[in-house]
Amino acid sequence: MKVDTSKPLEYGTHENSNRIFGFWVFLGAEIALFATLFTVFFVLANRFADGPSGSELFEIGPVLIETFLLLTSSFTIGLAVHAMRHQYKRAMLVFFGITLLMGLGFLGIEITEFVTYVHEGATLQTSAFLSSLFVLLGTHGAHVTFGFLWGAAIMIQLMRRGINPATANKSFIFSLYWHFLDVVWIFIFSFVYLKGLM
Amino acid sequence: MNFDLEKFKVHGEPLIYGAMISIALASIGIVVGLTVFRKWGWLWREWLTTVDHKRIGVMYILAALLMLFRGGIDALMMRLQTAAPDMKFLDAQHYNEVFTTHGLIMILFMAMPFIIGLMNVVVPLQIGARDVAFPRLNAVSFWLFFFGAMLLNISFVIGGSPDAGWSAYFPLASLEFSPTVGNNYYSLALQISGIGTLITGVNFIVTILKMRAPGMKLMRMPMFTWSVLITNVIIVFAFPVLTVALALMMFDRLFGSQFFTMANGGMDMLWANLFWVWGHPEVYIVILPAFGIYSEIIATFSKKNLYGYTSMVASMLIISLLSFVVWAHHFYTMGQGVMVNSFFSISTMAIAVPTGVKIFNWLFTLRKGRISFTTPMLYSLAFIPIFTIGGVTGVMLAMASADYQYHNTMFLVAHFHYVLIPGAVFAVIAGFHYWFPKVFGFRLNERLGKHAFWWIIISFNVAFFPLFILGLMGMTRRMYTYSAETGFGPLNMISFAGALGLAIGFAILVYNIYWSTRYMPRDKTGDPWDARTLEWATHSPIPEYNFAVVPNVKSLDAFWAMKYDKQPLFEDQITKIHMPSNTGKPFVLGVVFFFLGFFLVFSMWIPAIVAGIGVLIVLAAMSFDRDHGFYIPADKVIKTEKKLGGGTL
Repeated sequence: MKVDTSKPLEYGTHENSNRIFGFWVFLGAEIALFATLFTVFFVLANRFADGPSGSELFEIGPVLIETFLLLTSSFTIGLAVHAMRHQYKRAMLVFFGITLLMGLGFLGIEITEFVTYVHEGATLQTSAFLSSLFVLLGTHGAHVTFGFLWGAAIMIQLMRRGINPATANKSFIFSLYWHFLDVVWIFIFSFVYLKGLM
Repeated sequence: MNFDLEKFKVHGEPLIYGAMISIALASIGIVVGLTVFRKWGWLWREWLTTVDHKRIGVMYILAALLMLFRGGIDALMMRLQTAAPDMKFLDAQHYNEVFTTHGLIMILFMAMPFIIGLMNVVVPLQIGARDVAFPRLNAVSFWLFFFGAMLLNISFVIGGSPDAGWSAYFPLASLEFSPTVGNNYYSLALQISGIGTLITGVNFIVTILKMRAPGMKLMRMPMFTWSVLITNVIIVFAFPVLTVALALMMFDRLFGSQFFTMANGGMDMLWANLFWVWGHPEVYIVILPAFGIYSEIIATFSKKNLYGYTSMVASMLIISLLSFVVWAHHFYTMGQGVMVNSFFSISTMAIAVPTGVKIFNWLFTLRKGRISFTTPMLYSLAFIPIFTIGGVTGVMLAMASADYQYHNTMFLVAHFHYVLIPGAVFAVIAGFHYWFPKVFGFRLNERLGKHAFWWIIISFNVAFFPLFILGLMGMTRRMYTYSAETGFGPLNMISFAGALGLAIGFAILVYNIYWSTRYMPRDKTGDPWDARTLEWATHSPIPEYNFAVVPNVKSLDAFWAMKYDKQPLFEDQITKIHMPSNTGKPFVLGVVFFFLGFFLVFSMWIPAIVAGIGVLIVLAAMSFDRDHGFYIPADKVIKTEKKLGGGTL
């Protein structure tokens, strides 16, 4: 495999730069996916049937912690990529690990929230509003879960094989994915929670 | 977990028992055949694990041909059932299942995979590339499509087929009105193959934008490659909508959510909108590559370059944009108001303009051309007038006020068959005949090809033209029987005769493949049609590395320029060539996805979770894979080229 040293390691080979470009195209599809889910949510947002509405259900505290965790984890994955560019494997692994732990924390709070909702009688089956809420949040949460597993697999490869064109490429693509989840969360935070609390 | 064998059984129909027996016999036959001839290893090494875009393309086309016959038998059963008043061949439920699977299979498991198959074979060659951007993902795409198709097909004998129409409108498709597992199959089979299609979309966008040979600017790309690029952009933006729609359908049916219900705030029209926001662009996903195929064939057999290349590209771009803003024309009559209907009426009619530009460009390409009437050319020529009938009736349907008359009648059925059969089916058959010698190294027999052509073209009109009249007479679609007083009988009988003729035409086509494989002389030139584009610059059949030397492109129709303007194409030396290695993981991933889908269809949660974990394990195994492929040494390439009588040396 020819490695072009004038470029960052993750772009170093022809295949690597194709993979990064391909992942951007895939993120285009992800944008379409979440845009559709948001549209469904907006269409059904006021259809509470006999169930609770957002303002009865949402609490700002846990959501703020979720936001803090996810936004910070987006920062730390950036630091991990920065460390990677300088070949600091240890620092990279530490920041990578912090990112994944924060993702896990986010998931923990989200699952607790879901359980609380269900205990308050707000289930997937209660109303169209709740169905769309659970599926929108759940899809984002499933993405975070998948991201956690994916990131863990990359970390193992980094530990075993070090920073090379292949692992650098994977880590960089993972960072794009993680930033994307953050962007989606900002929309969820603004248009689901803040708007729902109003 | 409550295990209920009753759920798996499909009762009553002698036809279904027949299908069970024939599926069982065919499967046993294949297994015995492979064992007797000791072909398991060959099958695994050469096909199931391949990452070669040509072989993946061939497998796509084979699967599509199989599905053409499955969907064709559905069609024959429908035409037979309605051939005369008060027929007792199928009951209402069975008829519902048959028209649903006919639509699903023909669009999603025949037309689209056939086009993706041709795309796989041709596009890397047309852009002078050695492979697609992500060969292993390409195999993943194929196996997800294949096992999605298999999942839908077993529904016929295990548990029952979907029965709410290919558009699966709610509330009809809800658990309340469709209590069988049929629509569970619908959501999961389409989901699995849809993921495969999305991956194909990403793969080919990167392939076309990043893997072109040096000198091939965007405006030097062959028209088929252009159409594929635009199509894949549509796929990437339209398929996520289907993904969401199907997921919500699955939640409604399996977990009792309230998206499309009639109570608790659900909204059935939301399904119609989501379905057609994907479904209308889907029509163009199958039509645009067909336009690309015709452009190649008409230019080749007129011995002229394509007239109005730039306007051809521009019109495809405009069609692709318009395809996203017309979806509501599928439900003018569902009470969406005058303004909405007007907007969608105008945007729908506007599509006729760029399409008309293309038709005129093909006609001008033919003008003063030295036309040779080969089989692929005949299909292309027949396409123009027949498709125009489909287009004109499409504009009639596009007028919202008039559509209140035509809506849900056989007129609509006639219209979309007049668009989709010449637009997609004739195109893939034409492309099949055209590119067949490239892949297999010999042409299909022209005489048999023309026989099949005339059977298909004439029978097509006999089968579908009467439906226009029946629609105007007031025969609604999806009606499984009617009384003699309606007067629908005679025209339906003519239509049935046409359907039989079509079956004969396709049978001749298949016989032609068999006959030609045995008796047609091998083509040593690699260029049997005196064609224009790069795929003909390499040998037939194509060596695994496609081009021994990467071509240097200096103009449009670079191969033609090499032949007749003495423009050098292969200027570099032969060096070692990097190739990806085969892998069985994509196949395994498809199998695991198949089981995941199957268990979800029957709400068998524990096995489904196990299969879901299986999916993650295969993905992890793919991630940890460290195989970076291998090199074919230069002297081996030179030896292969000499053996093939290469012009590139």
